Amino acid sequence: MSAILPPSERLWWKHPLDRVEGTWIAIALVWCLIMFAMMVGWHVYGKQNLSTETYRTKPDMFAAKAQAVVDKYTVRTETDDKIPVVHPPEGSDVYLIARLWAWWPILELEKGKTYRLHLTSMDYNHGFSLQPANINIQVVPGYEHVVTVTPNQAGSFSVVCNEYCGINHHTMVSRLYVK
Amino acid sequence: MSTTTTYRTCPRSGLQFESQAEKLMIANAVAAVVFLLIGGILAVGVVLTRWPAVHWLQADTFYQVLTAHGIDMLIFWIIFFEIAVLYFCSSTLLRCRLATPRIAWLAFALMLIGAVTNNVAVYQGSSSVMMTSYVPMMAAPAFYLGLILFAVGALIGCFVFLGTLVIAKRDKTYQGSVPLVTFGAVVACIIAVFTITSGAIILIPTFLMSVGIVKEVDPLVYRTIWWAFGHSSQQINVAAHISIWYAIAAIAFGAKPMSERVSRGAFLLYILFLQLASAHHLLADPGLSTAWKVVNTSYFMYFAVLASMIHGLTIPGAIEVAQRQKGYTKGLFEWLRKAPWGNPVFSGMFISLIGFGFLGGISGVMMGTEQLNMIIHNTIYVPGHFHATVVVGTTLSFMALTYFLIPVLFRREMINPGLAKLQPYLFGLSMYFFCLVMMGAGTLGVSRRHWDMAFSGSAMAYEWPGAAYLMMGLVGIAGIAAITGGAIYIYITVGSILWGKRLDKGAESAKFTPIPPTAPSAVVQSYGSMGFAAPGTFALAMVFLVAFVLYYFINWKYLSTLWGMS
Ligand code: HEM
Ligand SMILES: [Cu+2]
Ligand SMILES: [Cu+2]
Repeated sequence: MSAILPPSERLWWKHPLDRVEGTWIAIALVWCLIMFAMMVGWHVYGKQNLSTETYRTKPDMFAAKAQAVVDKYTVRTETDDKIPVVHPPEGSDVYLIARLWAWWPILELEKGKTYRLHLTSMDYNHGFSLQPANINIQVVPGYEHVVTVTPNQAGSFSVVCNEYCGINHHTMVSRLYVK
Repeated sequence: MSTTTTYRTCPRSGLQFESQAEKLMIANAVAAVVFLLIGGILAVGVVLTRWPAVHWLQADTFYQVLTAHGIDMLIFWIIFFEIAVLYFCSSTLLRCRLATPRIAWLAFALMLIGAVTNNVAVYQGSSSVMMTSYVPMMAAPAFYLGLILFAVGALIGCFVFLGTLVIAKRDKTYQGSVPLVTFGAVVACIIAVFTITSGAIILIPTFLMSVGIVKEVDPLVYRTIWWAFGHSSQQINVAAHISIWYAIAAIAFGAKPMSERVSRGAFLLYILFLQLASAHHLLADPGLSTAWKVVNTSYFMYFAVLASMIHGLTIPGAIEVAQRQKGYTKGLFEWLRKAPWGNPVFSGMFISLIGFGFLGGISGVMMGTEQLNMIIHNTIYVPGHFHATVVVGTTLSFMALTYFLIPVLFRREMINPGLAKLQPYLFGLSMYFFCLVMMGAGTLGVSRRHWDMAFSGSAMAYEWPGAAYLMMGLVGIAGIAAITGGAIYIYITVGSILWGKRLDKGAESAKFTPIPPTAPSAVVQSYGSMGFAAPGTFALAMVFLVAFVLYYFINWKYLSTLWGMS
């Protein structure tokens, strides 16, 4: 009659349960349903939901779109590599390229305004990790992921790559400004 | 087909070992421990590099070592041990001979060759792709080939297990249903077959891509199918180590399951729902629909969570009932205070159970929530979570079982029992702390698989808060303590096998002795007829629930302060 011997009741599914078990199963089930409701409910009432708008893309296609925005809205450049800082208008499509081992361009957004941020990778998987807010999104090559973002704090943020992408993974970090 | 074999009855435990099965269990268990040793040595490199003040290895070595650490531990150590457990749960618990021992040796050989091939590929240096090997980042062909060979071997091992069940049934070595622990092993095996098939579906094309036959494997398809393999293999572990918990409760206390129906029903939920939970690895990915994510992570995953919550209650509950029958009935917790805390078989199992539930379980459900995943995806929180599941949960359970098996299977007196007494505490509790500080650092955003949190060489380095550095320093200290605990386990195991006093083999016979039918329980029970049999366990479960609910909502609160996203 122990767990390492065959059960004495041949029909184990008729073995009765104790009240402790019955009560716990009921509580646990209710809790699982609450968690389910939270996830669904947040899509309706919550403000932080990851968009699933995605298109197939190719590196040159995406690069051309990113270049067009850079040409139009660059306000200055930063670092020795002269990385453009782009200040796009509210509601516009903004492109961020991930590639070995840099983000391009640098974005400058405004607090309380909404943008359509397009993400893709030119080569391997990368990870968009916005710090210190700590928002993390996978960036997958071949897929253009459009995330609608509304920054709610002003300041200087960093975009860290947090998907392993090779030997210089640790140098893949950029900035993002919110005015 | 009649093979000549012998059966011996272990004088200590009364278990009956068939000689072929016994040799195979020993071989698989020894191979497992060797890979644990290698993985543990690699862990020194990983942890001393992630400790910012030490920052030991160069970047290329670090990524190489981390790739090997992940694979040697998660795949080779665990699966070799699981194959031994499968043979134990079939041949030993059902007292029958092992089906096709020759093929079982072939399985073992394939696994060993595969594991060595993969390791060699990683040490050669051009396969530092992490165990996930996301395409289009490519490793050397031998890397994939090794994994495929290993998987084929493990799959064959699963079929040997299933064949053994057939033999037991045919030879009528037992009556009625198989024991609960064997039932759990069947569940683990079924999930393993599904898992290994998924692994093959994705690794074979990737291997062909690495040798230039296939042109491209889609990165997102790769991630989706890889995780059908990568996540489900964790369900094998869960089913296996929960079976071991039940086994240890039975061995150490003579505990019987509170209700066979509840425990087996919960195992069945694993088969029905766990493998579909792979989705929670892809919550931050593009391209997958919200409905798919929600259905997989809530409906399916929560049934699996429910199953684990049930086992989390019924195992200590069974112990409590057994202890109360022995007269430890004072208050809520006398049964627990009077448990054999000095016996590493029990203490290891109990530390594993509590840590798996409180640290691994709660963090896992938080991470697996679609929106909450955004605040931890790919941070070091993730290894914090899974060291609580695969190290505190699976690895520590396997260690506890080993202490039982040293005299019984290996027939050696354990060397240094004083040290063995201490080992589960040192290993388990430092792992608790290790997981907590990793989760702490991850909550602050620190990345996983990242060589340098100072971003040296970058023009736009991000300055992590001081608390993040502090947490990573503590990760280093706790990690070294845990590695010491792991080293003690290996010392005791290997030392006992090599130098321990030989123990009596027990009576041998050419024929198996069937398991005598168990006497039906005295009273016919109906729902609740035992009353409220395990109040102490219920109180512990409520503490767990409160911790769970609080932690869950704290994370929603934080999420609600973030940027608007839609
Ligand atoms: C004994 C002490 C151990 C220590 C100190 C340790 C330390 C670590 C650390 C610090 C990482 C994260 C590195 C990073 O992402 O930058 C890691 C990764 C990992 N560890 Fe361990 N570990 C130990 C044991 C184990 C065991 C027993 C297992 C499995 C059963 C395991 C499985 C893994 C896996 C799968 C990874 C992920 C590798 C990857 O990201 O690809 N570890 N370990
Ligand atoms: Cu990157
Ligand atoms: Cu990276």
